[in-house]
Amino acid sequence: MAILIDGNTKVITQGITGKHGTFHTLQAKAYGTQVVAGVTPGKAGTEVEGIPVFDSVREAKAATGATTSVVYVPAAFTADSICEAVDAGMDLVVAITEGVPVLDMAWVRDYMAGSKTRLVGPNCPGVITPVTAETGCKIGIMPAYIHKPGRVGIVSRSGTLTYEAVWQVTCEGLGQSTCIGIGGDPINGTNFVDVLRLFNDDPDTDGIIMIGEIGGSAEEEAADFIKAHVKKPVVGFIAGATAPKGKRMGHAGAIISGGKGTAADKQAALRAAGVTVVDTPSIMGRAIREVLGG
Amino acid sequence: MNIHEYQAKELLARYGVPVPDGIVCDTADQAAAAFEKLGAPLAVVKAQIHAGGRGKAGGVKLVRSAAEAREKAAAMLGKAMVTHQTGPEGRVVRKVYVTRGSDIARELYLAIAVDRATNAPVMMASAEGGVEIEVLAAERPEAIHKARIHPMKGLLPFQTRRLAKGLGLTGEQAKQGIKAMSALAKLFVELDCSLAEINPLIVTEQGDVVALDAKINFDSNGLYRHPDVAAMRDLNEEDPKEVEASKHGLSYIALDGNIGCMVNGAGLAMSTMDVIQLKGGRPANFLDVGGGATKEQVTNAFKILLSDTNVKGVLVNIFGGIMKCDTIAEGVIAAAHDVHLSVPLVVRLEGTNVERGRQLLEASDVALQTASSLDDAAEKIVALVGKAR
Repeated sequence: MAILIDGNTKVITQGITGKHGTFHTLQAKAYGTQVVAGVTPGKAGTEVEGIPVFDSVREAKAATGATTSVVYVPAAFTADSICEAVDAGMDLVVAITEGVPVLDMAWVRDYMAGSKTRLVGPNCPGVITPVTAETGCKIGIMPAYIHKPGRVGIVSRSGTLTYEAVWQVTCEGLGQSTCIGIGGDPINGTNFVDVLRLFNDDPDTDGIIMIGEIGGSAEEEAADFIKAHVKKPVVGFIAGATAPKGKRMGHAGAIISGGKGTAADKQAALRAAGVTVVDTPSIMGRAIREVLGG
Repeated sequence: MNIHEYQAKELLARYGVPVPDGIVCDTADQAAAAFEKLGAPLAVVKAQIHAGGRGKAGGVKLVRSAAEAREKAAAMLGKAMVTHQTGPEGRVVRKVYVTRGSDIARELYLAIAVDRATNAPVMMASAEGGVEIEVLAAERPEAIHKARIHPMKGLLPFQTRRLAKGLGLTGEQAKQGIKAMSALAKLFVELDCSLAEINPLIVTEQGDVVALDAKINFDSNGLYRHPDVAAMRDLNEEDPKEVEASKHGLSYIALDGNIGCMVNGAGLAMSTMDVIQLKGGRPANFLDVGGGATKEQVTNAFKILLSDTNVKGVLVNIFGGIMKCDTIAEGVIAAAHDVHLSVPLVVRLEGTNVERGRQLLEASDVALQTASSLDDAAEKIVALVGKAR
């Protein structure tokens, strides 16, 4: 079953005629994702490799019955695109775009209050549920071939570090139920606790790998939630143990400010919640196999 | 992006937060003239660098004559100032700000930061200004009053009244305080700030509310809509290698070790630094070439890495996502040739076509070692460069 998306999920690409939008939409389609429509204002009636393009998310949804959209539009227009998808009543919006102004996301979150839409991202690799060894539902920029269907759920603030975990899990002979990159920005749509709750309730997920990084307190909140609610084994890794204070490590959210958000604090909180915390990302796959009794 | 105090005060004044009169100066003579022009019995000469802790480092001096202003400015200008935020090399003072002295009756604290828990900016106000806010937050959090700022509407009047009460402001001072708070919130939201801090916000002996110091940081992702703010960037305050990297879409941060790292993705780049230290080495930098590394980016990254003369070895760690490993291997080989690489190189590739990528690397005439995992790669480069003492 997996979480959020499965082989039947119908997807709309917002920004389908842009370079990234076209490229990643075709990659997703090649992997078997049901990309049923694209949206670029002013380009209704055209097609991208057989995928019909509409002027708005509402029109694309009405014509195709899609429930999910993915956003590849440039950062300056991302907030507007997310709100358009929310207004159209999409169940899930995955925003891949990086470089979105933080205060845009503040008002987007305000706009979303009371809506039924779940937002993942921005500045994230996206969400993927492998269905067979070769196919699945891929909403985002992750390389498809590293994934295999299985029973490990993966949630991460970082892109390539997610691939690292996925690849190790695949090489261990396990596989993934769903992998979710929540993104590295200070204000985003979905946090660790949201995803942990979904994995905990998912009958097809046996164990969870959670990859955090320095900055903020999302990992500490996740640790509280795990301690109180999560019944499945969790392996954790925190990137940035040696990062200097006050320097932004690539992601807008990855910064130790005022002595808060250090890796040591996060590791301690996770360990106290019963999470198997590894010091090096090289052994995330082995660790999840071991805690699952493999 | 950071700006100087004098620039922050220009912005505060533009939005209606009172600041002391001040004149920014490049020379000691200008500082003396500024004292005369201000025409006050007391002025303050303040070193303009992007770092806190100037007072303790001798970067804030009270002066009572033009001659004294000249003398104090001369002692600061052109010299490296070391504070607890600059690192041991310090920052060269290129400008001083000469401001009218104030008679301080009370020192308050006012700041806005983005709060991840409430997904919005939050104003923090305390009647205990002039202290380290982190210390206060840890020891007596109840002394900090907070209000969530609506991302479209700003601070609402009832919130400013509550905060003013928390600061112990009454009557005319409360009115002035409320005006300053509303103005700061408006500035923060309109200019895409990431931090705005007035420490201290003072009440003068005459009963006026004035911003005595100011620190404003901006969200670099929002700068495209504020060209006037972007123009305030002072490249002298930034590491030239970091500036060069940002021109090529690379995220680079200099550190003080000797192992240069080139990685794709911020999380993996941080982890690479971590594992190098775990294995006994010291990373020279954080360098993220972006999720989809190209040959051009790899070449530019090599150039920036090797411009740091401390670098005695390079570790390349790339997880080929959309890009295939054989393509990346070709890029690394070509880049190594381009820059005439002369220090040990360890390459760890993972992803599609990894076998072919490793074959290309091993068959090339570039002296390098390949590694099968991040741990393996870190052990190899640390062995080649030697453990940190």
